[in-house]
Amino acid sequence: AGPGTMSASGAAAGGGRSGTAAEWGGFEDNMQGGGSAVIDMENMDDTSGSSFEDMGEMHQRMKEEEEEEEGEAGAAEEEDGEFLGMKGLRGQLGRQVADQMWQVGKRQASKAFSLYANIDILRPYFDVEPVQVRARLLESMIPVKMISFPQKIAGELYGPLMLVFTLVAILLHGMKTSDTIIREGTLMGTAIGTCFGYWLGVSSFIYFLAYLCNAQITMVQMLSLLGYGLFGHCITLFVTYNIHFHSLFYIFWLGVGGLSTLRMVAVLVSRTVGHTQRLILCGTLAALHMLFLLYLHFAYHKVVEGILDTLEGPNMPPFQRVARDIPVVSNAVLNTTAKAIALTL
Amino acid sequence: FAGLADVSISEDIPVEGEITVPVGSHSPDEDFSTLDEPVRDTIMRDLKAVGKKFVHVMYPKKSSALLRDWDLWGPLVLCVSLALMLQGGSADSKDDGGPQFAEVFVIIWFGAVVITLNSKLLGGTISFFQSLCVLGYCVLPLTVAMLVCRLVLLAGSGTVSFIIRLIVVVAMFGWSTLASTAFLADSQPPNRKALVVYPIFLFYFVISWMILTFTPQ
Repeated sequence: AGPGTMSASGAAAGGGRSGTAAEWGGFEDNMQGGGSAVIDMENMDDTSGSSFEDMGEMHQRMKEEEEEEEGEAGAAEEEDGEFLGMKGLRGQLGRQVADQMWQVGKRQASKAFSLYANIDILRPYFDVEPVQVRARLLESMIPVKMISFPQKIAGELYGPLMLVFTLVAILLHGMKTSDTIIREGTLMGTAIGTCFGYWLGVSSFIYFLAYLCNAQITMVQMLSLLGYGLFGHCITLFVTYNIHFHSLFYIFWLGVGGLSTLRMVAVLVSRTVGHTQRLILCGTLAALHMLFLLYLHFAYHKVVEGILDTLEGPNMPPFQRVARDIPVVSNAVLNTTAKAIALTL
Repeated sequence: FAGLADVSISEDIPVEGEITVPVGSHSPDEDFSTLDEPVRDTIMRDLKAVGKKFVHVMYPKKSSALLRDWDLWGPLVLCVSLALMLQGGSADSKDDGGPQFAEVFVIIWFGAVVITLNSKLLGGTISFFQSLCVLGYCVLPLTVAMLVCRLVLLAGSGTVSFIIRLIVVVAMFGWSTLASTAFLADSQPPNRKALVVYPIFLFYFVISWMILTFTPQ
């Protein structure tokens, strides 16, 4: 029963091995050559299922092959250097299996990392309910009265992102109706660049100033605050791009724009200590926010010249006939803007 | 071998495995058999799949065919035809039609990617390309609207034509939004459907706006 048992175990081992090879056979095309030759299982077929003596013979053959390879491989020394350590593991087959496992594992790990790391970082900032978004939109127009203790800012990015896209859409509408001609670049590119540039750029700048002025605010909170502050801009531009009256625009600019600026300023004041710091931070934010709205209106706004002429007569001050090309602004506009800002401050 | 006489295999463990080794590589999936068929069959099969999806968009029932076998041929064809039809509507005749085509292309694909990322971040169960597929296919009603607008504009460009175009575009915009919502909203948690629908609404609104304000030169 001795030799019979031996051949059975030999058959099992041989069968197991060829089974493994068949499993991994699917990865053969993924092998990048390396230094090892692809094992031709047809040759192994003769020895699988055979007795113990043949296994020993096979091992001897493989050792001889390796010695040959070592002798030849002068150039591919680095690759062989890797495999020399695997010699203990059943030689070539062990090498192939280990190499395939390592490559597949590495590929899967890098794929998983790049895919999941990117999305999951942002997932907590999108965890909102529609009711919350609506509440925050309305709150962004209501300045808080209590500035003695830090106001809570929700670090959420869904609302701000949607508001920026809405602003882009409204801007596109304004540009289309005003027949703005963009020579280099596209309408869409300009709109997206303007809105995202403002949101990200001004947020970063104010965050930097806040860092200098020792204000308690994080980057995500700043992005969220400024994003929700664009709600006022959206409303103003939506109305005034369709109804072309300058006085209406100024009312909206001061009223709606002013309210959302006041809210942002109040929240920042509640988180800053010291009069100079508060002044610097809030003055900058207020100026940038209000000026942005002014810029958006005048840069992309169609002046219906013919209608204005007939309605208001020829005594129109020249500054109202502004700008189909951005940003040529006359002195009168600068004066008026300066006066308006002086009024708000 | 006398010392090895007591080594034995336990009866519980079945000895199994393949002794015969298959010669040559056998491909894991059977689709390789389609390599031998005539090219016409391949093309017709793909065209039929695309056509079936078009029908699904025009009559949006809650079926999963659009989601299961997604493909991007339909969206590509729709996007290119829409962009071609929107070309040549620039205000200044000195502008070349280049930016217009690129604009539409970028809007559609960039917008679709953003909506997909948004729905994934909000906890959606749909995959990236499935969502792209659905959003692309639901541009079909708007492409039809563009065609109708162009035909109406051939007849004249007065107030009546504007009203007709407005009605057609608004109807198709509603159809697009409803169709894509029917497919996409199911994959979201129920209380957040509004959060996913709003960007889709904005997306098709921008496209509809471009169609409505199109004036040929």
